[in-house]
Amino acid sequence: MSYREVKGSSASPIVSERGALNPQKSYVSERAAMIPPSGIRKFFDLLLTMNDVISLGVGEPDFNTPWKVSVAGIDSIERGATAYTSNKGLEDLRDLVSLYLISRYGTSYDPQNEIIITGGVSEGLDLAVRTVVDPGDEVLVADPCYVSYSPCVMLAGGVPVPLPCPAEDEFRVTPDALMERITKKTKLVMLNYPNNPTGGVMKREDLEAISDIIVDHDLLLLSDEIYSELTYEGSHVSPASLDSLWERTITLNGFSKAYSMTGWRVGYFCAPPEITSAALKIHQYVMLCAPTMSQYAAIEALKHGEDAKNRMVAEFKMRRNLFVAGLNRIGLPCHLPKGAFYAFPSIESTGLSDVEFAERLLVEKQVAVAPGSAFGPSGIGHIRCAYAVSRDDLGEAVKRIGEFIESL
Amino acid sequence: MDEKNREILKVLESDSRIGHADLGTMLNLSQNEIKKRISAMEKAGVIRKYTAIIDWKKTGEDAVTAVVEVKVSPESEFGYDRIADRIARFPEVKSLRLVTGSYDLQLLVTGKTMQEVSEFVSGQIASLESIRGTVTHIVMKTYKEFGCELQRSEGVERLPYSF
Ligand SMILES: Cc1ncc(COP(=O)(O)O)c(C=O)c1O
Repeated sequence: MSYREVKGSSASPIVSERGALNPQKSYVSERAAMIPPSGIRKFFDLLLTMNDVISLGVGEPDFNTPWKVSVAGIDSIERGATAYTSNKGLEDLRDLVSLYLISRYGTSYDPQNEIIITGGVSEGLDLAVRTVVDPGDEVLVADPCYVSYSPCVMLAGGVPVPLPCPAEDEFRVTPDALMERITKKTKLVMLNYPNNPTGGVMKREDLEAISDIIVDHDLLLLSDEIYSELTYEGSHVSPASLDSLWERTITLNGFSKAYSMTGWRVGYFCAPPEITSAALKIHQYVMLCAPTMSQYAAIEALKHGEDAKNRMVAEFKMRRNLFVAGLNRIGLPCHLPKGAFYAFPSIESTGLSDVEFAERLLVEKQVAVAPGSAFGPSGIGHIRCAYAVSRDDLGEAVKRIGEFIESL
Repeated sequence: MDEKNREILKVLESDSRIGHADLGTMLNLSQNEIKKRISAMEKAGVIRKYTAIIDWKKTGEDAVTAVVEVKVSPESEFGYDRIADRIARFPEVKSLRLVTGSYDLQLLVTGKTMQEVSEFVSGQIASLESIRGTVTHIVMKTYKEFGCELQRSEGVERLPYSF
């Protein structure tokens, strides 16, 4: 029996006259009320009612978690390892994360006091922002960016300031754009490379070009590197591997994308000891610890997940080449995204707004993409296509998008 | 082996229908280069055949598959090769390998009925000179064939979420 049936069949109303809320007033906090509702909520609701949709809309790998990794999670449950872990996370996992970061990206973090295992990068973002942002502080948020950045800043009482990273800059942060937005109140810069939604990356020289500005203005840097493993040209450069930036950087990463573990909710937060111990206070009261079974699975991912990860990355790279070539062929100019699994073509030539384009493409051709403006003002005129679907579906999606453009 | 050839083979192994143009785009090679490489690998016998993985159960057609273990006395001059070669020529034998362990040759044999399979094994295989014994296991259910899980639909069911 469902909640509705129970409630409906109940003789007495659940809410009595006496207990009723005052309809003239909102009981929701100003902070919660200030977060704008997702502009594309309607669009996603519509999607759920439709059949035969090829969804390039969601940022999730289409692979199963490598089976060995799942087995490690299952084993931990069978063993009865289902209690809390230490707030910071399992020591073995922190050791492995530390080893991974130094050997893979040259970033050095002490597993004892510079790493916290989090409930995904999502929690890491909130932790990082709340740890360093005071009410009224300005936070430069790469624009376009992942949808949670500005709300996170607002919930901490900070003021998100878009830092434009347009297509003509290959979606990178340039020194000029950065200089232009820095004020006396600027505290933090939030970066995400490889980038969602654009697939852009920042090379070492790009980071070096902005590092002096960050140091000179005494800013902190938050680097969300959730897509670091999905780097297809050259290798990922972690800002904290630059000596001048290490002390000012909070590095966030996790298992969701590299090991296809989105539902496990596990990631990590790394920063110098002072920031980490402050963040740990928030983490211990809000989250206590990351899910225990997921931490055991993550240990297995770092120990033996390399082959599965490499297979996925190779597959994503091939799909990217196929999809981007397809988009360019049907007349949607698109930069070759060097990382993540998103293509971010301009749809300006069609004369439609990105929201119109996405809505009509969904209704008329059953292909779901996300309108670029959902990711910030610099995303206007673009659509985000996640190529985390099978090659067959990608081919079909290109065909349908092509037909849609022809029909305009 | 050349890295590009290895990549080509990996893709073909997962999808042999893929066109040369798409393969070229995926691997950053021209269509011509792909064609050249593939035909060289076909000529060299690296690529042997392009086939499909079929779940015959779903067709409703009656078919019986058996795994057959065969013990063989190797011949002094040819070892296992001559007898293996003779067995391999039967179209009923879908695969044949020499293995370590308590028997020597492992066969996958198919037929329309159990009787057809057992008649084939006793009449054509067990009776061969130098065969010391056979054990036939009738396949009850195939879970995985050439990397393809037959009892599971491919891909991941992703739950809708709003981002
Ligand atoms: C840039 C970015 N950061 C963070 C996340 C969330 O990651 P997690 O699953 O680790 O919370 C996503 C997920 O789409 C993302 O795109």
